[in-house]
Amino acid sequence: MHNWRQPGFWVSFLLVFLGGLVVLVLRQDTLRETAFTILMFVGLAASLNILMGYTGYVNFGHIVFFGLGGYFGFFLVSELGWPLYVAALGGGVLSAIIAYLIGCAVLRLRGAYFALATIGVNEAARAFVSNFEPFGGATGLYVNFSAYERYGGAGQALWLTFILLWLVALAVVVVSYLVKRSRFGLGLSAIREDEDTAMVMGVNAPMDKTKAFLISAFFPGLIGTLYFFKNGNVEPDDAFRFQMSLEVLVMVMLGGKGLLLGPILGAFAYERLRGYLIVSPIFKNLHLALSGGILLLIVLFVPGGGVGWFRDRFPRLRRWLE
Amino acid sequence: MILQVQEVSIRFGGLQALSNVSFELAPGEIMGLIGPNGAGKTTLFNVVNGVYPPTSGEVIFRDEKITGLHSYEVARRGLARAHQVVRPLNDLTVRENVMVGACFGRERHSLGKAAALADQALAQVGLGDRAGQLAGNLNVAQKKRLEMARALAAHPYLLLLDEVLAGLNPSEITAMVETIRRIRDDGITILMIEHVMQAVMSVSDRIIVLDYGQLIAAGKPEEVAANPQVIEAYLGDPEMTARLMAE
Repeated sequence: MHNWRQPGFWVSFLLVFLGGLVVLVLRQDTLRETAFTILMFVGLAASLNILMGYTGYVNFGHIVFFGLGGYFGFFLVSELGWPLYVAALGGGVLSAIIAYLIGCAVLRLRGAYFALATIGVNEAARAFVSNFEPFGGATGLYVNFSAYERYGGAGQALWLTFILLWLVALAVVVVSYLVKRSRFGLGLSAIREDEDTAMVMGVNAPMDKTKAFLISAFFPGLIGTLYFFKNGNVEPDDAFRFQMSLEVLVMVMLGGKGLLLGPILGAFAYERLRGYLIVSPIFKNLHLALSGGILLLIVLFVPGGGVGWFRDRFPRLRRWLE
Repeated sequence: MILQVQEVSIRFGGLQALSNVSFELAPGEIMGLIGPNGAGKTTLFNVVNGVYPPTSGEVIFRDEKITGLHSYEVARRGLARAHQVVRPLNDLTVRENVMVGACFGRERHSLGKAAALADQALAQVGLGDRAGQLAGNLNVAQKKRLEMARALAAHPYLLLLDEVLAGLNPSEITAMVETIRRIRDDGITILMIEHVMQAVMSVSDRIIVLDYGQLIAAGKPEEVAANPQVIEAYLGDPEMTARLMAE
């Protein structure tokens, strides 16, 4: 396939690949923790981009899939003793199924109405899980330590989790690229630009956007399982943090929605910035206000995000900044 | 008959937008659809290509009942449409716009094949040199041509053209009429809404006239032009008009 020769794909892929590789070679625990957070947000932002950037549906509830998939995967690995790989896949599949069901209900809404509905979904999911006894209700679940033993103790298990997350992040990049460069992706772009016209031209919009929603929701389920497994516990307030949905959205906008590289760089930049702000005495309580400010500035002045801005400024770089 | 519209009515709340409209279209024909503003012309198109389901009546396309199908299902059966208000997919290139038509229209091509067909369709409407530009950067006349190219790339059996001549200058109109004739010569049946009378009279084989949602006349262009009901719809009192024309 000539598609694989696209330099823009390899820039994004190698960035994530080499970033993870460096961490594996250096083998430092603190570096791994930082990289874990960054890769998690890369995966979350890039998967949100499939719905928001490609299809044009702003989703404030992306974290629902992280939370629900994570809860389910955690339950499988810790309570039922399933292998981590299978449990993570289970979390992803559950998220995708839920996305399909939610999609049937709310994807018929457009624009602001869809965005509002997704906020409601987040709150509904939190309320449900807080009252769902098998998932521990409001206190959540704590990991059964035998789950770590299976992978050679907690230390080893954490490295394994990191490697899995790294692979998932790479998979999101590959899938994003494949979607973007496919007939399906062209249909999604058409829906984003003008849904009614797309349908008149033969795009099966209800089906295609449901598919995009499903793909977009699958990865947060995987990532959630890995994240909560690493943390050793899962509770409703941690799993359904609305502010995290907002932050992932800011990452996509910051890097450039609809682009492959955008969410990757956006997640990296935002995460570094946040890390700095949280420890600075002046900004530590203000970092959310600041991310709100960033979002406002982007929407007003650089709607294409950082990568989009470079693409417009330097058309010659377009091949590299996919 | 390639298209049969049978007693189609549609009502939006208290507004009867179309009442008992029936007509037939033969393969290879160019049919003009005219009528005063608000007569229901665009609504009729919306019913034919599945944007609105009719309140009653049937639409039959190539001997298949398509009443109530979604617009994307109708598109796949070989019915394409160019809009009155041009609706390019602004953030896509001109070529990508046309590829959407080829990928998702009747023949459902792969991306590679669609790119080739898109270039062909763009050449057909005289936009070949703009393929790489963003569609949002085209001027109005070029956007109209893009609408046509998009519809053509689907290789439809029937093409609905909604005021593709509006907003064009006389030389652009002449060029567009030529393009429409060529499309018909390639075997595509055309149903077109048009306000530019001279053009629609010269290019159409037959004309149907809508007024207040009702079909008030149908026939050859010269018959329709002489029909007192049509003159009244357009100009008011026919006797007055006749007197004015005589002067």
